[in-house]
Amino acid sequence: MAEYQNIFTRVIVHGPAPYPGVPLPKGDSPRTGAASFQRVLGKIGDAQLGPIYLGWLGSLSIVCFTVAFVTIGLNMWASVGWDPVQFVRQLFWLGLEPPPAHYGLRLPPMHDGGWWLFAGFFLTASILLWWVRTYRRARQLGMGTHVAWAFAAAIWLYLVLGFIRPLLMGSWSEAVPFGIFPHLDWTAAFSIRYGNLFYNPFHALSIVFLYGSTLLFAMHGATILAVSRYGGEREIEQTLDRGTAAERAALFWRWTMGFNATMESIHRWAWWFAVLCPLTGGIGILLTGTVVDNWYLWAVKHGFAPMYDPIVPGMADPAAAAGAMR
Amino acid sequence: MSFTLKIVLAVLGALGVIVVVTSFERPPVNVVQVGQRGTAMELVANPRALAARAPRHAVPEPTPPVDAAGQKASEVYENVQVLGDLDANAFTRLMIAITAWVSPEQGCNYCHNPENLASDEVYTKVVTRRMLQMTRTINASWQAHVGQTGVTCYTCHRGRPVPEEVWATDPDPHRTRGIAASAAGQNIASPAVGLSSLPHDPFTPFLLRDDPIRVTGTRPLPHGNPATIMGAEWTYALMVHFSAATGQNCTFCHNTQNFGKWESSTPQRVTAWHGIRMVRAVNNDYIEPLRPLWAANPHGPPERGDATQSRLGPGGDPWKVSCGTCHLGANKPLLGRSMLADYPELNAVTLGPLRSAAR
Repeated sequence: MAEYQNIFTRVIVHGPAPYPGVPLPKGDSPRTGAASFQRVLGKIGDAQLGPIYLGWLGSLSIVCFTVAFVTIGLNMWASVGWDPVQFVRQLFWLGLEPPPAHYGLRLPPMHDGGWWLFAGFFLTASILLWWVRTYRRARQLGMGTHVAWAFAAAIWLYLVLGFIRPLLMGSWSEAVPFGIFPHLDWTAAFSIRYGNLFYNPFHALSIVFLYGSTLLFAMHGATILAVSRYGGEREIEQTLDRGTAAERAALFWRWTMGFNATMESIHRWAWWFAVLCPLTGGIGILLTGTVVDNWYLWAVKHGFAPMYDPIVPGMADPAAAAGAMR
Repeated sequence: MSFTLKIVLAVLGALGVIVVVTSFERPPVNVVQVGQRGTAMELVANPRALAARAPRHAVPEPTPPVDAAGQKASEVYENVQVLGDLDANAFTRLMIAITAWVSPEQGCNYCHNPENLASDEVYTKVVTRRMLQMTRTINASWQAHVGQTGVTCYTCHRGRPVPEEVWATDPDPHRTRGIAASAAGQNIASPAVGLSSLPHDPFTPFLLRDDPIRVTGTRPLPHGNPATIMGAEWTYALMVHFSAATGQNCTFCHNTQNFGKWESSTPQRVTAWHGIRMVRAVNNDYIEPLRPLWAANPHGPPERGDATQSRLGPGGDPWKVSCGTCHLGANKPLLGRSMLADYPELNAVTLGPLRSAAR
């Protein structure tokens, strides 16, 4: 058992043959693929690979994702003149941009944002189909739908960025481009255009839940690993039948910070922190440009950011001087 | 730990060290606070990098002053159109200086027909005349940017017939043909914008045309600010150029918590504002109108020496001026030392219209 005292999984437990899973109810497709044990996978998770349940939702989702992925990839490749070396070398720089502002919400030509709409449609379809799949699979297994609703929180942020907010602003050009650096450039430009997103209170809340999630994740993971020598990784049993692992973990936090979560409630903490990160972030994005144009000045107006003193007295906009050039 | 794992970790560690050593400047750096505490209004300078760049900004020894000849250049020489009011000896001294500044390898014949120095048959002589008027205009009308330091030919040319840092309009901003998506002038690793994926020709819209640079709203709530997020990326690209051209970070001009606000910016931002207009005027009033001369001589004059590069950019427009042309990575060109004081002749250039450029 001393093998468990490690930050990597050292113990791979599996039965004599791969487990095919419970019988599926009428109306479900059969599972796909042969099941096998993979030693490498066992080091980071369960050693059993497959079978997978695809069904028509999963299959359709994969098809839609592939269409979006290939559309984005081919357009990126075209932007370096179909040069395979430059495609790999500059992959992080390449992108697929939304239509320019002058098209508004109209359908643009394919070369001027049409492909972005096309790829966005299929990516969104893929994500929504996958969401239904997570909901249906949970129901078919008799589980709660917590995973689906957590995923829905992320989809909310995705839809606000790429669909809902552009609709409210009346222009697809407000949406995020596809591409690694292009979407980061967009993020920086978005913040600058709308007067510094750090003064957006919902952005601030989102960061609280983002960093809070990492903190909770680390605290929980560390606690369970630390009591795994007493069977602490059997969290569900310990929830109902509190054993010495649960008692020690609880005592550790009660002694160090006065309060402790329980074997059950820590998972509610984690779920809410994770879900509230994109929920609050999405609200912050939705308000940007639609009802607030400059977050810093908005924060000054509402008294939670200071208006700093001038660095040099008498600084003024030279374009505002009488008779100034443009 | 298995032997293979040790080897893998050692290789990864070595790679990490190589990345760190080649990507970063070693500390210590000098940090000067220029604004209110807590706002990160700091100027960061690496003394080793400053020392390394110093030779690039060295000022050449001034040509020794000469006694007056007592006669105007226009009385001694033929076809002296913009320097005619100079004393003849001062005129010769300036000619020698210009040769050292612009065409030290090629010599006088870079602009002159040695058989007939008065002739305008070498086009570079006609260009130089406009450049002299440009220098005079900058020193006389753009002191809001160049101050009393002023500029000479050397500020840009640095011993090269075509200055080192010049730009031309990107002839193919979309890069794709037919139905494939346009990259909209961005999304490629470009040195013009610090190898970012920002729009890579921020010069044409802002330093040739006068597209709006300001994007941030001036009121808390929506008030019809027409700027787009893409517009902010174009402005960002221009700002990256400023940063590279002057060797300074954003806080040299801006309090970055609110980029747009003039009252909390530094005086350097006003200097830069005039600089943008100055560069725009130089490109539109002096460089672009000379395009036919370069188009007729795309490889330079007969006595071009080693300076064989094309006088036109890939799109057929002339090489133009950006902030980097003079600044070359220093917030003050030539580190703020004035060469103009040693060459008062440059302040005597006649600004009037030139006679025809005919030969």
